[in-house]
Amino acid sequence: MNWRQVFTRDQSRHEARVVGWVIPENIRCVQCGICSYNCPIEIDVRQHAWLGKPVQDSHCLTCGECVARCPRGVLRFERNALFENGGKGA
Amino acid sequence: MSTKYVIVGAGAAGLGAAEAIKQADPSGEILILGDEAFGAYSRPGLAYYLTGELPEYQLKLPQLSRFSFLNARATAIDPHRKQVHLEDEKSIPYDKLLIATGSSAFQPPIPGADLEGVVKLDTLDDAREILKRARRNKCAVVIGGGITALELVEGLRARHVKTHYLLRGARYWRGVLDESESKIVEHRLKEDGVKLHYHTQTKQIIGKKGKVAGVETTAGDVINCHMVAIAVGVRPRLTLAKSAGLEIDRGILTDEYLQTSAPDIYAAGDVAQVYDPFSDRTILDTLWPTARAQGTAAGKNMAGLQQPYRKTVPFNVTRLAGLTTTIVGTVGHGEDDDLIGIARGDSETWRQLPDILEAQSNFDVNNLRIAVGEKHLVGAIIMGDQKLSRPLQVLIAEQADISSIRDALLEPEASIAEIITDYWIEWRKIHAPSNL
Ligand SMILES: Cc1cc2nc3c(=O)[nH]c(=O)nc-3n(C[C@H](O)[C@H](O)[C@H](O)COP(=O)(O)OP(=O)(O)OC[C@H]3O[C@@H](n4cnc5c(N)ncnc54)[C@H](O)[C@@H]3O)c2cc1C
Repeated sequence: MNWRQVFTRDQSRHEARVVGWVIPENIRCVQCGICSYNCPIEIDVRQHAWLGKPVQDSHCLTCGECVARCPRGVLRFERNALFENGGKGA
Repeated sequence: MSTKYVIVGAGAAGLGAAEAIKQADPSGEILILGDEAFGAYSRPGLAYYLTGELPEYQLKLPQLSRFSFLNARATAIDPHRKQVHLEDEKSIPYDKLLIATGSSAFQPPIPGADLEGVVKLDTLDDAREILKRARRNKCAVVIGGGITALELVEGLRARHVKTHYLLRGARYWRGVLDESESKIVEHRLKEDGVKLHYHTQTKQIIGKKGKVAGVETTAGDVINCHMVAIAVGVRPRLTLAKSAGLEIDRGILTDEYLQTSAPDIYAAGDVAQVYDPFSDRTILDTLWPTARAQGTAAGKNMAGLQQPYRKTVPFNVTRLAGLTTTIVGTVGHGEDDDLIGIARGDSETWRQLPDILEAQSNFDVNNLRIAVGEKHLVGAIIMGDQKLSRPLQVLIAEQADISSIRDALLEPEASIAEIITDYWIEWRKIHAPSNL
């Protein structure tokens, strides 16, 4: 398998949906915008990364598209406290 | 009366400074000058624009729209009159000035380098030109090293251009990668159809009617092509600093407050050679997050908050032949045949050679190498699987005391990934229980 195939496979890999939100780590980020470009509901994830703020948009599907596609591992999922006890709140 | 801040440069450093000034001195007047009509954009994103992962409009950074932006080229600074002169002979007065003009590709003195069809990757215009040519020219030669040369190679391959990559020495990016890491990258490039030419130097670029027709090597071979892409390193853009008579070494020399040798003139980003009190050296970096952090620090100081810039451990995550690669701290081996000076996405720190030992662990395409100092980890390269990217970045930056695992790490067959993982789990419990 050549590396382009590896990469394509990576791109189409969807992380399992999790209960939580996407957290950016801005020292890794170079603002390329691949995250925002691939967000199915057009959340400007890149802007969150610039500000170092979690994507707390209530519309976020936590589909994992931005996390999987970021070429620099800027984004990660974190379970938020609210859902820690099976959605019953912290 | 409100203070007039002028920032030359709409890159990471310029934007970082403008935002910091706005916060520290809300009544200040801020003007950003930039010589690219597109305004602010992600320069590293150009690589993904070339591969087709991003459309052009997505590169644009909306942050600039919060500020007054003038698309004009500054030609000189008069530090006595406190004015910036523009190309159209207008001049702009300032109270505080930031030079954040970045760096640009070094043009090596190769005969024929001025022919039509010789390209570089500095700006959006360069990327547009490469894409335009890639539609017509189906064969290209890439000369140079570091990340940018590979981004050119990968961009051209993604556009189905037959690509020859000329390396002066025996392997790719000798200054930072070790032999096996270079081999991994080269192997992947070959698998993707890139023709690598080792021990190959360019004698001249051959032209026909002013256009590129091929490359002649010093061994006398000729490679026919219509495009030559060069990435042999970058140089800070120093014209303005020179016109102002500022102290310069390779970049504009600044103190730890990002102030230059002239009062009220600051410098940040790729153009600045910044004093680091810990190593007692002045250092050039060509890293986006570093440029932004320096810009932020410069902005605060311009607005009167006395806050020194503290260099952090240099850190970059990039893609080498499709393999995600983290480079953190000091990992380098010294000189590089393919680069003159510093390359994009590079830090001089990576190539320093302190008294360190190295431990390495390979499995499949995943490759991990760490540089072990007396009591701390001083650097790491993580290729492929990135699970240890963050732990290693944090452990190196925080100078975690690794005395307890040092001997184990340096055992010949040590499984360093496991040792680091176990150590990280324990370390994290004590040092940063919540947010790491
Ligand atoms: C292809 C490529 C890949 C890269 N990859 C990485 C990477 O993987 N990781 C990483 O950390 N970094 C990477 N970089 C480097 C990163 O982009 C730079 O370190 C960063 O952009 C530096 O920011 P800066 O603000 O100092 O300068 P720049 O972003 O270069 O901005 C300079 C600004 O100054 C303006 N300017 C210059 N001269 C004048 C003048 N005389 N008058 C008016 N305006 C002027 C320009 O128009 C521009 O707006 C890459 C760069 C390139 C080109």
